[in-house]
Amino acid sequence: MALYVLRRLLVAIPTIMLLVVASFLMMHVAPGGPFTSERPLPPEVLANIEAQYGLDQPLWKQLWDYFYNIVVHFDFGPSFVQKDRSVNEIIANGFPISLTYGALSFLAATLVGVSLGITAAIRHNTWIDYVAVSLGIAAQALPNFIMGPILILTFTLWLGLLPGGGWNGGQWEYLIMPVIALSTSYMGSIARITRSSMLEVMNSNFIRTARAKGLPDRAIIWRHAMKPTLLPVISYLGPVFVYVLTGSVFVDLYFSTGGLGQSYVSSALTRDYAVLLGITILYGALTVIVNLLTDLAYAWFDPKIRY
Amino acid sequence: MTILSVNDLKVDFDTPDGTVNAVKGVSFDIRAGECLGIVGESGSGKSQSFMAAMGLMPPNGRATGGVELQGEQILNLPVSKLNRIRGADVGMIFQDPLTALTPHLKIGEQMAEVLKVHKGLSGREARAQCLDWLDRVRIPEARRRLKQYPHELSGGMRQRVMIAQAMLCEPKLLIADEPTTALDVTVQAEVLDLMDRLKDELGTAIALITHDMGVVARMCDRIKVMRLGEFVEEGEAKAIFDAPSHAYTQRLLEAMPRIDKGEANRTETGEEILTVDDMKVHFPIRVEGGLFGRTVPLKAVNGVSFGLRAGETLGIVGESGCGKSTLARAVLRLVEPTDGTVSWFGKPLNQLDKKALKNERKDLQIVFQDPLASLDPRMTIADSIAEPLKTFRPELSKSERQAEVVAMMERVGLEREKYNRYPHELSGGQNQRVGIARAMINRPKLIICDEAVSALDVSIQAQIVTLLKELQAEFGMSMLFISHDLSVVREISNRIMVLYLGRVVEMGDADTICTAPVHPYTRSLISAVPIPDPVAERERARIRLPGELPSPLDPRAALRFLPSKLAAGEEDYVPRLTEVAPGHMVAEHDALEDIMAREKKAAA
Repeated sequence: MALYVLRRLLVAIPTIMLLVVASFLMMHVAPGGPFTSERPLPPEVLANIEAQYGLDQPLWKQLWDYFYNIVVHFDFGPSFVQKDRSVNEIIANGFPISLTYGALSFLAATLVGVSLGITAAIRHNTWIDYVAVSLGIAAQALPNFIMGPILILTFTLWLGLLPGGGWNGGQWEYLIMPVIALSTSYMGSIARITRSSMLEVMNSNFIRTARAKGLPDRAIIWRHAMKPTLLPVISYLGPVFVYVLTGSVFVDLYFSTGGLGQSYVSSALTRDYAVLLGITILYGALTVIVNLLTDLAYAWFDPKIRY
Repeated sequence: MTILSVNDLKVDFDTPDGTVNAVKGVSFDIRAGECLGIVGESGSGKSQSFMAAMGLMPPNGRATGGVELQGEQILNLPVSKLNRIRGADVGMIFQDPLTALTPHLKIGEQMAEVLKVHKGLSGREARAQCLDWLDRVRIPEARRRLKQYPHELSGGMRQRVMIAQAMLCEPKLLIADEPTTALDVTVQAEVLDLMDRLKDELGTAIALITHDMGVVARMCDRIKVMRLGEFVEEGEAKAIFDAPSHAYTQRLLEAMPRIDKGEANRTETGEEILTVDDMKVHFPIRVEGGLFGRTVPLKAVNGVSFGLRAGETLGIVGESGCGKSTLARAVLRLVEPTDGTVSWFGKPLNQLDKKALKNERKDLQIVFQDPLASLDPRMTIADSIAEPLKTFRPELSKSERQAEVVAMMERVGLEREKYNRYPHELSGGQNQRVGIARAMINRPKLIICDEAVSALDVSIQAQIVTLLKELQAEFGMSMLFISHDLSVVREISNRIMVLYLGRVVEMGDADTICTAPVHPYTRSLISAVPIPDPVAERERARIRLPGELPSPLDPRAALRFLPSKLAAGEEDYVPRLTEVAPGHMVAEHDALEDIMAREKKAAA
């Protein structure tokens, strides 16, 4: 087990390096750069600025310097666009915000989605099931960029209950709407996966055995059906966790939360190489870690899996 | 004393196509200490009768009539009341022990649950009772099993755990639904013995639901023959086997192949068309060790040699994991052999390049076990049958091809109206006819049947075997017939080859192998096959080899029948095959008594 984790982490290093090289090259292949604008700068000035950021160096040298600074100084370099701000600072500011409402959305989506799915499955073909399924489909059909404006219209402009945006250190009033907007559609998907998985498990032979043993429904569902039901859900949850963090750009936009999602998209638009690469590495590392956690969770849910 | 009394039980299912009457009013009693056999083919309603009685129907099922357990009406009781009966007064075991146990709970946890809900026992006391029952069902190293998960046990052991679990509260009635169908014959024999002993010792009544007349003959006192939801014949086992009165029972008994009887298939003397020499197939298996793990070879086939004559059928038998299917696939290069040569009409099949091999495939065909899964669900059966024609005889016009397909369909017993049907619209037996038609359409010189009749009902199985024999008589192809069912193999084969952990232990003509086997493994295998005749079956002596079929990864397992070499430290010794009579090869082995004595000593 410990060996397995070590092995996976060792494999993660070349994975992330490959990710960096690929993103680095793709950015440079695309025409234009951080300092191209509608009114072109005089060539001497441009050369001057590019030299300052090391953009005049050959590509391999730029890549080498980039890696060198990360490994030796843990420095992801200065932002090319936002003056006087380093990538480390931008991430340190934005990531805690994204992580807070991302993790909350993830928890909300999982808890509500799984409960909804299980309720629907054990009340299969009753009105409870139909209501739960309808809710799930409706939720799934509402992406966060639709939910955002609807929520603001309802709770801020119409009812006047919640502030329409801002972060304010993550007070609960400021968290509610971003979390709802971000979690709704994942909640729907999780509910549907859980329901169909549970229905399948409840039809399996070992549940028949459990019934034949005279176990009460409660024991059958919690002890026998739960873990196998959640197996397919787990494999969906891993990517969802990364999505709620990366897909938060609309939340940042609508609710002015100041998370990393917005920096990510604007860095891509303005060719802020350093910020874009920094966030890519962060998300890459996060994906690798979440995948590892997912695989470890599998082993807990299914004893057949041993590492 | 009557334990269970079923009175005019009817079971209906509401389906989108209307109501299906699965059980149409059956009545029977089961008395303490007797084994009642409910015999029938798939879809006869034999399982559903008992599931309905215990309230275990799917939600669309409805049951009417009466089911009395020791005088109390239990049919359609609410679940909370049924739960006091299930597992306490009535124990149940099912066909597939692999899926019948909860995969993520340890054996000890699953068993203790029963004691908790029915007797309020937990902790040390529950553990002691579980352990006691695991010992009583003869599970080796019972204490260790409590902490193991189901997948860590063999199939036979899992079924013993199921029995132990069902017996924990010493129920009055044990419902056994095809309890040994998924098990190897030797394991089946042991599980049946165990159930028989429980019946005698505790007076437990057993309801044995099965399709296998041999199992019934060994176990049952009385029999009910069920067909399409009704009993067509009932009575004492001996009387029914001696003189079946209903035509369906007669057909069922006739369809059962017997290991102890049968006309000898003549020996083929044609030229040898296929020669396999020292075939080896090793699969790398990942195991723990080092930072990145390491691989060890699983020797699925470990040095097998044989020859096959024109028009001959060679049966390949052995228990699960013996390498019989891998061997067949390696002959056709569906898996690449690790070592050895295959000579096909003098051509080295294992050295041909892709194109040359493809040309040879015209004459090398295979029929698989699961007829539905081995046909493309999105192709009509005619398209499936015509595909080899398109590949190997592209010069045929569309109408010529159509004519060929229709002729072959009729030859294998499929009406021409089925031409545009899809596999899911046909029965298992019909689909297997499609599989055979597809294999036969180019008149191949070799057909491999890989458990081709194992998934079929007995009567369908008999039809398919007859069809294969007719086709062979007409077209003269050779066959490799692989099956775990020795009775069927005897019926169809000229010669039989017995495999044990990737090696040949005995090979000879079918009669000799079945009536006068020499190798201890063959002897135990043959003696474990149930015979559909209660008198003969109960008088037969069984040769019980101690222990379970060992893992192929265990290096000592290969020399299970040569313990003297193991004792001498020669773990890599390869047993030699000697010809004890013309055409009868037997692998080197110690005397049966020595093997038994040594195993007993090791176990003690």
